[in-house]
Amino acid sequence: MTALTQINSNHDALNTYILRMADNNLVLGQRLCEWCANAPILEEETALMNTSLDLFGQARNWLNYAVDRDASLQDCDAVTMLRDERSYLNMLICEQPNGNFADTMARHYLFDVWHRLTLEVLCNSANETVAAIAAKSILEVRYHEQRTRNWVIRLGDGTEVSHQRMQTALDDIWTYVGEMFTQDEAELSLVAQGVAPDQQTIASQWRDIVSATLAEATLTMPEDGYSQMGGKQGEHTEGLGIMLAEMQSLYRAHPGAVW
Amino acid sequence: MSTADWPLFEVFIRSRHGLSHKHVGSVHAVDATNALENARELYTRRNEGTSIWVVPSNTITASAPEQKDALFTSPVDKIYRHPSFYELPAAVDKM
Repeated sequence: MTALTQINSNHDALNTYILRMADNNLVLGQRLCEWCANAPILEEETALMNTSLDLFGQARNWLNYAVDRDASLQDCDAVTMLRDERSYLNMLICEQPNGNFADTMARHYLFDVWHRLTLEVLCNSANETVAAIAAKSILEVRYHEQRTRNWVIRLGDGTEVSHQRMQTALDDIWTYVGEMFTQDEAELSLVAQGVAPDQQTIASQWRDIVSATLAEATLTMPEDGYSQMGGKQGEHTEGLGIMLAEMQSLYRAHPGAVW
Repeated sequence: MSTADWPLFEVFIRSRHGLSHKHVGSVHAVDATNALENARELYTRRNEGTSIWVVPSNTITASAPEQKDALFTSPVDKIYRHPSFYELPAAVDKM
């Protein structure tokens, strides 16, 4: 049985990076789960749940590596269920509420492009384990991107209502885009070692890809304005705490619970 | 959103190279691309396929159940259509 203790939150640069990758997947995966029994159609619901499970599987790979490197993290379940909001290192875009289907697809597509570009570079990481986890993840993420891209185009270039909803969704989520391309000292040290990608390069690739998609979808790329940041340092928007409270309640009530 | 807006597609999966595509079921989808994605999500979750076809269900022309006798009864009597009168050479063993 796992003790209900606070999980260590002082990580070295690599574990900080690994936990950020894991937490992006965990938090977005959990958000997608909230569509279960609420999706607009059965087929779409299955697709959302499959994607969610892909993300959890990837998170597990990252977390197992983090735990291997730092035994104080206990195990994969403990590090997921016993960390509080301030110890979660996901980017803010991943934790934003689902909103309507267009909101979910806009959030997911913008993240997917970032995720795929980042994993492509990580496949050649100087760290072999990181490269192996990335290589395993990228097949799934390429498919996620294809699916969400198609939805952005379909809704953007669809009816008047779907176009308006997708445009509003993009405008709303855009404030969380900038954080994806920020790098603190911990991350820059990994860039210098060839472990992690330089997000400056990824930012310009991301912009080209997304602007081409939005043009095809007859949508307007929002202006870059104020960017809200802090998720990677554990400073989150109000929705995350509520989401984690639900996600972690069972494990905290029954420590060490397994399927 | 109503499912009435989402046409039905029939899904065919080829499980291995060399085999033909086999009907496995149907999906609702907004268009053919989406139908392929939905078929992938619903019917290839356990590594079932190497190729997927989707066909709009309303493009399939089907025989009517009441035509069953007219279409299918007669061959039952025509036993000469079944190659069951030939002795197989021992070398062939089973066909």
